[in-house]
This record gives sequence, C-alpha cells and structure tokens, in this order.
Amino acid sequence: MRIELDINGELRAVEVEPRTTLLDCLRDQMQLTGAHAGCEHGVCGACTVLFDGAAVRSCLMFAVQAQGSAVRTIEGVTPGPGEMSMIQDAFCETHGMQCGYCTPAMVLVAHALLADNPEPTREEIIDAISGNICRCTGYAQIVEAIALAAERMRGVNRPVNLK
Amino acid sequence: MSSPGHFRFVATERRVREDRRFVAGKGRFVADIALPNTKHVALVTCPHANARIVGIDKSRALKMPGVHYILDGHELAAATLPLMTGLDTPNVPRRPLAVDIARYSGEWVAAVVADTRALAEDAAEEVEIEYEALPFVLDAEKAIEPGAVLVHEAHGSNVLLDKTFVWGDVDKDFAVSPRKLSLRVKWGRSSTVPIETFGVVASWDPWRDMLDIYASIQMPRYSDQIGIALKLPVTSVRVHHDVDVGGSYGVKRGIKHTVLAGYLSRRLGFPVRLIEDRLENMRGGDAHGPERLFDVEVAYDNAGIVRSMKMRALENVGAYAGRSPFQLGKPIGAIVGPYKINSVQYRAIAVVTNKTTQDAVRGFGQAPTNLALERVMDEVANVLGLDPIEIRRRNMIKHDEFPYLIPSGTTYDSGNYETVIEKVLAAGSYAELKAERDALRGAGKLAGIGVSACLEPSGGNATFEALLNPAITTSTFMDSCRISVDGMGSITATMHTTSSGQGHETLVGTVIGEVLQVDPDIIRITRPDSLNSLPSGTPVGSRMAIMLGGAAFHAANKLKAKLIAIAAHDLGIPPERAVYEQGNVHDRDAPTFKRSWADLVQIAFRNYHRMPDGMEPGLSVAHVYQVPTGGTLPTADGRVHMYPCFSFEFHLILMSIDPVLGRPEIVRYRLGHDCGTQINPKIVRGMTIGGIAHGIGAALYEEFAYNDEGQLIAQTFMDYLLPSSHEVPAVDIFDHETPSPHTVLGQKGTGESGYLGAPAAIANAINDALRPLGISANTLPIKVSTLGDMIAAAKEKK
Amino acid sequence: MKAAPFEYSRAASIEEACALLAGDESARVIAGGQTLVAMMAMRLARPSLLIDINRIAALSYIRADGDAIAIGATTRQCVAERDPLIATKLPLLARAIPRIGHAATRARGTIGGSLANADPAAECALVAVTLDAVLSFQSHSESGEIAARDFFNGPMITALPAGALLTGVRFPVWSGKVGTGFHEVNARRSDFAFVSAAAQVELGGDGVARRIAIAVGAVGDFPVRLTSAEQALTGTALESAKVEAAVREALANIDALDDLHASAQYRRRVAVDLTIRAITDARADALGEKPHAH
Repeated sequence: MRIELDINGELRAVEVEPRTTLLDCLRDQMQLTGAHAGCEHGVCGACTVLFDGAAVRSCLMFAVQAQGSAVRTIEGVTPGPGEMSMIQDAFCETHGMQCGYCTPAMVLVAHALLADNPEPTREEIIDAISGNICRCTGYAQIVEAIALAAERMRGVNRPVNLK
Repeated sequence: MSSPGHFRFVATERRVREDRRFVAGKGRFVADIALPNTKHVALVTCPHANARIVGIDKSRALKMPGVHYILDGHELAAATLPLMTGLDTPNVPRRPLAVDIARYSGEWVAAVVADTRALAEDAAEEVEIEYEALPFVLDAEKAIEPGAVLVHEAHGSNVLLDKTFVWGDVDKDFAVSPRKLSLRVKWGRSSTVPIETFGVVASWDPWRDMLDIYASIQMPRYSDQIGIALKLPVTSVRVHHDVDVGGSYGVKRGIKHTVLAGYLSRRLGFPVRLIEDRLENMRGGDAHGPERLFDVEVAYDNAGIVRSMKMRALENVGAYAGRSPFQLGKPIGAIVGPYKINSVQYRAIAVVTNKTTQDAVRGFGQAPTNLALERVMDEVANVLGLDPIEIRRRNMIKHDEFPYLIPSGTTYDSGNYETVIEKVLAAGSYAELKAERDALRGAGKLAGIGVSACLEPSGGNATFEALLNPAITTSTFMDSCRISVDGMGSITATMHTTSSGQGHETLVGTVIGEVLQVDPDIIRITRPDSLNSLPSGTPVGSRMAIMLGGAAFHAANKLKAKLIAIAAHDLGIPPERAVYEQGNVHDRDAPTFKRSWADLVQIAFRNYHRMPDGMEPGLSVAHVYQVPTGGTLPTADGRVHMYPCFSFEFHLILMSIDPVLGRPEIVRYRLGHDCGTQINPKIVRGMTIGGIAHGIGAALYEEFAYNDEGQLIAQTFMDYLLPSSHEVPAVDIFDHETPSPHTVLGQKGTGESGYLGAPAAIANAINDALRPLGISANTLPIKVSTLGDMIAAAKEKK
Repeated sequence: MKAAPFEYSRAASIEEACALLAGDESARVIAGGQTLVAMMAMRLARPSLLIDINRIAALSYIRADGDAIAIGATTRQCVAERDPLIATKLPLLARAIPRIGHAATRARGTIGGSLANADPAAECALVAVTLDAVLSFQSHSESGEIAARDFFNGPMITALPAGALLTGVRFPVWSGKVGTGFHEVNARRSDFAFVSAAAQVELGGDGVARRIAIAVGAVGDFPVRLTSAEQALTGTALESAKVEAAVREALANIDALDDLHASAQYRRRVAVDLTIRAITDARADALGEKPHAH
C-alpha cells in the first residue's frame, strides 16, 4: 500500500505492506534508526515515538494506521546536526544512560512529560518513565536528567538580575 | 602510582563523551547497519524439550516468496567445527544448529534466508520437521541421579564437571569447632537480558578472502572462535569494534549466531543478517544465566567466628556447555568473601539438562556465591543472637591485614571494609533504621533489615580456566592502547574491543589526558577493527578500568617520555632537567628555555636532523599490558592467584512486606562502595545503581520458568518481569576509595557492582522479616505469590 | 516477530465495518491494537483482514445518557482518564483506568478494546461487571445489547456474536452518597493483576448501605460479582466483622487460576483481603474519609 506519513513535520510517502509496523517503517524505509526494537510486543518501550504529541509504542502500530497523525521521532526533537535540545543536554549532564539503546525513547517520554507538566515531582517522573525499561542505569540518573531539564526549562527566558 | 592524590581529570565529574550520539539516536547498533544486498535469517526451532530430528522437509518453504536458502544442522556440521568450549568434553559438542537431536525447547534446528525478516518468518513456518519426542530431564539434582535421562548419550552421564577442592585442613577445623550450621540456597535461573537482542551481520568478500563481522558482541577470542569454527584463518575475519552494543552485562556471546551467519554469507555470496527477535533470544539465544543450588556447611564458634566452610555448588548449565561451567570457577578467587575463613572445601558440579544453554552473566558466578555465603552469615548470627553487622565485623579482614592470602590461593590487594561500613551507618543511624523497621512491624507489616558485604573481584585474571581444565595453560590476560600524535599535533588513541555502555572511550581519553596534562576532550578515540587491533581481553571480569586504563596510562607515559627525550636533546640538556608541563617541555634550571608541543611535533615529523640518535621519527607509541599480579598457573593442590583487585560493597536495606499480599517493598537502600580511584564518578554511580537494578530483578522478579513439559513459560516480557522505575528505589551511595597497589591510578573494577550484593541483601532482609513467623526464604526469585503463601501457611500453624 | 500477512481496510462507518466483518470469517477489527498487534507479532492472532475502526466518529464519545454514562467503543483510555463526566459520575471507572497498563498503552488503547479482549485481569471488565454495565454491539445482520454479567464467559471469550462489533458501553450512574474502592495486586505496578477487587456503595444518611456492588477480577477466567455478599451487606452499616464474614462466604468456593505468577490459593486468599479493602475504602469514600493505605 502506498501511504503518506507526517514524520517530524514532513510528509513522506512510502510503499508498505499492511503488516509493516510503524517501527519497521521508520527504521527500514526512512532510515530513522533512533527508534529501537527491544521486544516487538509492546513492553520494553525502546520503540517509543511521539504520536500526536503522546508517547506511544511504535511496535504496536502498523504504519498504515499512522496516516493522518503527526509522528515525531528522536531525530525530530534534535534541533540540528550536532545540536542538542535542553532535555538531551540534561541527559548528558547527569549521564542518564549507558548503552544508549533505551535513550531516544526516554528522551521522547521526557519531552512529552515536560510539555504537559513543566514541574513534575520525582514520583511523576518515575511514573512517566515506568513504561520504558532500562537495563543499564537503574533509572536514577535518568530521573535526575528529567528533573534537571525541567528546572532548566523553567528558567528559560527568566531575566537574570545583574547587580 | 598507587594513591589517588589530586587529579586534573581523573575522579572529576566529566561528561561521558559517548552520550552525545546516544541522546540523538545516532548510536550505531548492529540493526542500524545496512549493507547493500543483505538477506535476513529467521530460525526454525524445536518445540520439544528433547527430540530426535527424524526428517526436515524444506520443499514447501523453499517455494515461498523471497526465500534464498534453508540451512540445516547436517550441512552446517559438515562444513564447520564445533564451537569452542572451556572444558574437555568432546562428547558434548555444541553447534549452531541441532544435529540429529535437539536438546531443549527452542533450540535452533534450521535457518531460513530470505529477502526480509518477515518473509523469512513466513517461510520458517512452512519448514516441516518430523520429531520423535524423547524423555527429558530439567532438574539438576534429578540429572545426577542414577538412571537419569542422558542429555548427551555419548558422554555417558550428565556431569560435565565434578571437582572438589580442599584448601586448608577442613576436617580439623570442623572437628575443633563447637558449632555447625547447614543451609541450602538456590539461585534461580535468570539472566541480565539486555533490551537489545544479539545480532550479527556477516559479509564474505571472496576477492579479499575477508569475512566482515558487525555484531552486538562482548566476548574474548571472538575472531579466534569464528575462524576456528569456519575453518578460516583468523586473518580472514574482520570484526568491527565500532558497533555500539545495546547492553550486554556478560551475555552477548553470539558465537553460534556468528558461525551460522558467516557460513551462510560464504555459501550464498551476499551479506547475511541474523538479529534475534525476542522469542528466539529468550528460548534459543543461549544467554540464560546461572541456576545454582548451594549446600553450605560452616563450622564456627560461640563468638560467631566462622573457621571453615564446605560448599557444594550444583549448576544447571542447560543442554550444552557454553562458557558456563567456568562460572563455577571464578568465585574461587573470592570464595571466602571479605572474611577470614581459615579453610574451605569447594565442590563444583556442572550438569547438563534439557534447558536453554547458559552463558556468562555479570559477575560470572560471583553473585550466586555471595548469596549463599551471606545467607549463611545471617543464619549464624541468628543462632547466636548476634547483630548481622556485628558478626560480619568480627569475621572481616581488617584494613591493616592486606595483602591478604585466602585459602584458595588468591591474595586480596587492599580494602578497608570497616570504614565503608562506618560511612553507611554514620549517614543515618542503624538504630533509626531498626526503629523504622519496628514501626512498620507495629503497623502490621512484616519488615526486615538485610545486609550484605561482598567483594567484586576485578581485573579478569581468569586462571579459574586452568584450575578447572588442566589442559589450559593460559596465564596471559592483556589489553592494549596505541597513541599517535599526527603531523598537525592532534592526538588519537585506540581501544581494541566493543563497549556496551561502560564509557570506555571516555575512560581512555581521561587517563591519557591526565598523563599528558591535556584536555581529554581533544583526544580522538577510535576503535580499529580486529585486524588493526592490538590484543584485548574485552570487557569481562570487571577488567577494563584496570586493564584498558593501565594500557592507556603506560602508552601515554611512553609518549611523554619520548617528548621529553626529543626536547632535552634539542635543548641540549640532560633528560633529568627536562620538565614536562601540559604538552610543553622546559629546562628546570631555565624555564624560559622550552619547546612547545608544536615544536616537538615539528621535530618529530619534519626535522629528523634534530632528533636523538636512533629514535624512530613520528610520535606513535603502543602498550600491551599484562594483568597485574598475573602470570602464574595453579599448584598441584589446586591453588592459584586470580584477579588482581577487589572492590568492596556493603548493602544495608530495609524492606517491608504486606503480610497478606506478600508483596515486598524496598523502603530504604544504602550502599557503601569502594572501588578504589573512580576514574569517572558518573560512570561508576550509574553502573552501580544499574547493577542493583539487575540484582532486584534476580531477587524478586526474574525467572526463566519451565513447566513440566519442558517448555519455557517465561519467554516474553509479559512473563519475564524486568524491573521498571517503580521497582528500583532511591539508593544512597557512600563512596570510599581504598586504592589498589597494583594499578596505575589505584583504580579497581566496578562493572559488576551492585549486582554482586543486592540479591543477598534483599534475601537477608526478607528473611529478617519472616523470622518472627519461623519461616525462611532461600530460593530466588522470591515472588509475591510464594511469599504470600508461605506467610499464610505459617500463620495457620500458629 | 513480524505479523503474518493480512489485508488492511479502514472503515468509515459502523455499517462498513460490519459489512467487512460479515464478508470474512477471519477478519478482525483493530482500534488501539495494544493487545492485538502484540498477538499478531507473535503470530498467535492471524486475521486475514484487519479493519481499522479508529476513524469512525460514531464510536468515540463520552456522554450522559439518562441515568447512565455512555462511552463509545473506540474512546481512548487516556481520554476517559481525563474526562470530567467520568470523574464525577463514574468514580469507580475513574479509579480503575490509571491502573490499566502504562501511559503509553492508554494513549492508544480503547475502552471497547479492553472489554472485547476480555482478559481475566482487565480493569474495565471488572468495573463493567461491578456496575451492571450494558454493552452494545452491531453486526451486519443484527444489533443488540448484552449485560456485563453475561458478556464475559471465559479468558478472552465474550458473548459477542460472530462478526459483531462492540459499539459502546453504558455504565449506570449511582446517585446519593456514593463511595468506591478499587484494589489490585501484581508483581510490578503496571502488570496484569493477580487479583483485583472493586466495590461501590451508596450509603443512606444513617450510614447504612442502601446499595452495594462488589466484584473480583483476575482470580478466575472472568470477573465475578459477589451477589451473596451484596445481599448480606445491604442494609448494614458495613461493620468490619460483617464485611469479612460476607466476603469469606462469597469467595469460599471461587474458581481460581494457578499460573506462573500466582497460585490458586494465593488468589483465593488475597481476593478476600482485597475485597474487604475495596469495601472498606468505598465506605470511607462515601463518608468523606481517607481510604485504606495500600
């Protein structure tokens, strides 16, 4: 089937079988390899993308179903080549990762959380990432990254008092 | 150099350079590699626990769209050698595809090659295999009973290894001790289960006689094993080390996958990609971890001093020998833990059953052994009415007793266990923790405090191999680093293995930057492929900070010495007067006389007439580093020195259990951690908490459970439960640094920290909580339903 | 884990969906797909035709309908989670929805999908049975309603006729001094429950239970109303001794699953405890007190 998908703000046309998941379509046909396959049955969350702003599992959706919705991948929240968003930078500051496999998903979940809730409590952060499994970090430095990002984002455009 | 001192870059909170590519989704994992004309593999697996393969009919499958080839075990066996095993067990051969008999449910029987993974799976369903189901055995104790079903008939028994060591006069120590205690402890079958499965892309170039391998790999002697199995010179195998590995923690060994894909690529003439899906991984990836039954008996006195220990460790390795029997051997290097136990009898038995094959898991058997030892210490404390921390204090090696020789022949390098414990207790008083426990009990919960005190042997001197298999005489365990300054003065350094998140590039940059006194971030770190690499033992045995750090340190010092020599010669001063400072060299007696970094590069690359006599031009150095304290083999009476360095961890946790629901909750988690000098504290902390998360999983949630039909019933993430952010509590870590005298910066390893002691502490806390009911839990994982049922049964009895 | 091949069709209306279902015995509808796609990836489900009903506006709604709240089958769980009508009128459902899976699965999963899937541990199903919800369906040849108590017949087995599409569910609204309680136990917080219990009570001004509905889920193959306990407790002040006795009696011979995650005796025993907690919470809730600490 020929479909047109809104990927990171751009309309892209692809030819897919109905059974091709959104994950496989992104990875294999659009070379957007930031979303990762971890389980292909919707538990680990490594395949997370933003779908109309909400974090969802791209392995649990067929690409043909995504027509008409806005899909945002990790490539679409990276401001530019070699440039990091405040959230991505916060993950680097706290070392909120090790092997990097679950990281794009965690960053996207953070984006969705902070868009909705700029002042999350520690519990709210833990809950937000609870659908994403990390086997490396034990989560602490990921939670710290998101809290740090939230704090820094709240401080954006706040005038600094120079005396 | 042995004391931490003041560093410029080491031990500072530097960013981990690898993180940049990962946050942008620009890691290069094996599934991201797209070679032109690549075909895909899907496996056909055996549904029975044990079965004779009567016939394979490929005809229908071959007609399916996009199918190129279907490989079976006979063809592969005719063209390859069996996979390398550690023990001398020629009648237990291991091959990527089953030959005549499939010995566990999920074992790979045939491989389908097709244009896409989906088409390969479609065809795999159409491969018709006739099986004759055979009797099977799943339990290790049953497997050693007379008359047990034999997993490998030709081997004559199910025992791959049965070796008893006696270090010291165990009989006498038992005879003179007034008290004895026996305990059975079981470490359930779990593993570290990375989120990325194992994958390999193999591409054969017949015009260069070159097999290119891209894999999510963590394994020593990978190219050797590929070459041997495929009957290729190792110089025809090129492993690409710059593939990012999505977590391994020991298990990404993938040798059967690689031999399979490599053979197919050579046979068929195009690149072949085998990426396990999760079902293939769980059932047939051969990445299960230890399943170990301990019977421990200790002899002790009325003061709680444990004088002697007898331990029988019975390991269920699964249907074939992978790396796993050796996982009984590594713990020998720390068999007494942090305690001054005088003599030990250790019997290691490795048994095959009709379960998935096991491979190396983080700690290589140390975590299960620590569980057994720490449970015993708690039970001894309980009998005597002693506090569990107090009994450990009484038995522990004191900080002024290092280096300390343990009965099995290893010498512990350094440690200060009492100070680490004091730091943990000072942070929040033990009395307060007990009060919190009592308050929880008062509120109707079961509550318990658990401690564990464990060592992390690090450095990877794997002489347990020679100990368990006398035919092995390996005493060399090395790693290496090359540093080149180029004609423009930029620095490039190399490391010769893959990484799975340990931040090795950052490690190398930091160490070299420290020695050369230049910003680590300007140093380019590369990973040449295996043909361009110097030897590396790869990240096993918690060795990389020690070994790669050591190699980088020595290489950097060689470079520094060369720069000093060039400068001294050009300045016309004796080398002792030449002072190196941040890349420049000046005359100690006349500091304005100096040569800058740029000057020295100019001389080395373009002004041969200014070079010292006989010195090689350019600025390239390399160092191949042998493991410190290494180089010896076992004595006749089974003693040998193993790993060089011993990190220490002390876990103190408070747990609460709902008495009806049986659900345990970790209320407080405090960890004292000493891994010597921490080259990058962010990396160390992350790995430690990650290790604790693995430990929580092994203790409470994760199990490769089998039903009575020999089927793995926990084969997806719906049933194999991985800890999420809800299941890992906040952990307060209290660091101490007792440097190792053996390493270049005083660093010890930390790759297994947290995992080695968390399950023991959790088990001890749960047992403390259950003790008032007169019950105990000594089998991991300790699941909600099991606890609930145990508690209910105990209450009914009362 | 790639699904077996299938045809895909997007239905623009309920009628079109029904026609497609009627035309192919092994056709299935897909809404959220949070269970179905996983089953297809494992090749445990192999529909020949997948009918996407996500765009059918007539299936997505939350509205007052007499003395009930009607929810369309393709209403997203996350939308129901935030809906003020459900929060005020269906407090038991409001308590249950956040326990369904994870935020990422609730972003796609639907109320109807959860009901039609009929997992023994499904929170929606438990609430539907507790409140005597009515499920409506439509097929090419008929349309009708099925009471929740008749709908769930086995693990993943419902009374939906072959070729029928679940179109919506109506939950009766209770008025007066209403309180709810919902408890479940699992290994990890977002797992399928081993045992769950739901209770809703309407108290009179004298603190006596005028009405009470109690059900357990995840214990057997489908949610079970504890009608004997309801009868015993109606007209009482829900004193703890009475509650315990009534619950024990009602659960005495309940069928319980024995599996990898929990034994049958665990389920039976814990069902008693969770049901008592749910009733206690419901009572406290109706009285404006704090619920049971879990």
